[in-house]
Amino acid sequence: MNSISITANGLSKDYNHSSIFKDISFSLSSPASLSITGKNGAGKSTLSKIIAGLLSLTRGSITYSVNGKQIGIEEFKHHIGFVSPYLNLYDEFTALENLQFLSHIRSTTQQNSKRIKEMLTLVGLWNRKDDIVGTFSSGMKQRLKYAFALLHNPAVLILDEPTSNLDIEGIDVIWQIILEQKKSNILIIATNNNEEAHWCAQQIQVGTT
Amino acid sequence: MNIITSTLAIVSKDVRSELRTRYAMNALLMFVVTSVATILFALREDEVSTEVLSGMFWVVVFFTAMSGLSRIFVSEEERGTTMTLQLIASPSIVYFGKLIFNCGLTLVLSSAVTILYIAVFPAFVIKSMGIFILTIFLGSLGFAAAATIIAAIIAKANTKGTLYPVLSFPILIPLLMTVMKSTARALDGEMFIAAMSEFQILVSYLMIMIAGSYLLFDYVWKE
Repeated sequence: MNSISITANGLSKDYNHSSIFKDISFSLSSPASLSITGKNGAGKSTLSKIIAGLLSLTRGSITYSVNGKQIGIEEFKHHIGFVSPYLNLYDEFTALENLQFLSHIRSTTQQNSKRIKEMLTLVGLWNRKDDIVGTFSSGMKQRLKYAFALLHNPAVLILDEPTSNLDIEGIDVIWQIILEQKKSNILIIATNNNEEAHWCAQQIQVGTT
Repeated sequence: MNIITSTLAIVSKDVRSELRTRYAMNALLMFVVTSVATILFALREDEVSTEVLSGMFWVVVFFTAMSGLSRIFVSEEERGTTMTLQLIASPSIVYFGKLIFNCGLTLVLSSAVTILYIAVFPAFVIKSMGIFILTIFLGSLGFAAAATIIAAIIAKANTKGTLYPVLSFPILIPLLMTVMKSTARALDGEMFIAAMSEFQILVSYLMIMIAGSYLLFDYVWKE
């Protein structure tokens, strides 16, 4: 099991000359969990994208370490699983094809056919594996995003609005995933929901400075 | 992560996606047919020089490519899958995957235009096959290399449709002039050695475009 740490110092993000958030700092070492809260438009999703290396910073720095060795974000992305309303899968492919594409990209086809079945079964989509994703409901797409995010067994799981579009059964599945992730890895949740925010040991609020 | 396997996974995904959605293919084929038909009606029985024929050949390829090749990145933006790709693959893998796909598409497009030209223009007779095939091959790759990086740039812009040909034209001028001259040589039946300077320009253009795009792509791809 890899020991993972993420250290953020004075993170600030400006957009069109106006500040979204500024001077956000935190440090996480596995096992750890962090919730990012704040009003609509406060920058929760932006911060979660910055942590995942999908957006650049205006000021500040963020460092990623695996087993004490600092690595760049492109290498660290292999350790990240990300679920977000902004991260879509391919509607023209089936659920199985989407996950196979991810496996091929990560060059882990051999080991992953069993893992794909495990993940699709976990999120309750194994029976719909050959259906085109474009025909899925928003809740089913959200479940598939979890399978996609967890396929490579990531050490860091970032969830932006983790239970959006999910039914009660789906939320129970996500709760199990979160409990498992918190045991030994890093979990980051961006949410407006107080109950979801309290799933995490640490909390930061954006948009209050 | 194996770079070649990952790059081929992107290519394979794009090929299968294109076969299912026909995002680019239908638009390209319709453009080829309508533009060749328009030229045919305009020329009627007129006898035109090989320079004019080769010029019109590449005008069709240019505008058809401009109408279809941008889809490679624009479709990812429209479907909201850009971020998915940014998360799971490094920029270089995405760039080379998209480049290979666009090269294939442009080669298919150039071949289709060639077949159509041979079928409808009696004056379009290829007398130096070696020059013609190498021109089509290098010209198509050059088109694809320039179109891929410009497509990546304009996918982030709001005025995607109009910006693409405007940005592409100045970059493609050296390529267009060279392939037109080389194609005219092929139609005139000149010796292979006579087109060597054009081939050198085309190879240099291709190498510069790929190297420059590779260095630039990181900044274009990341927001």
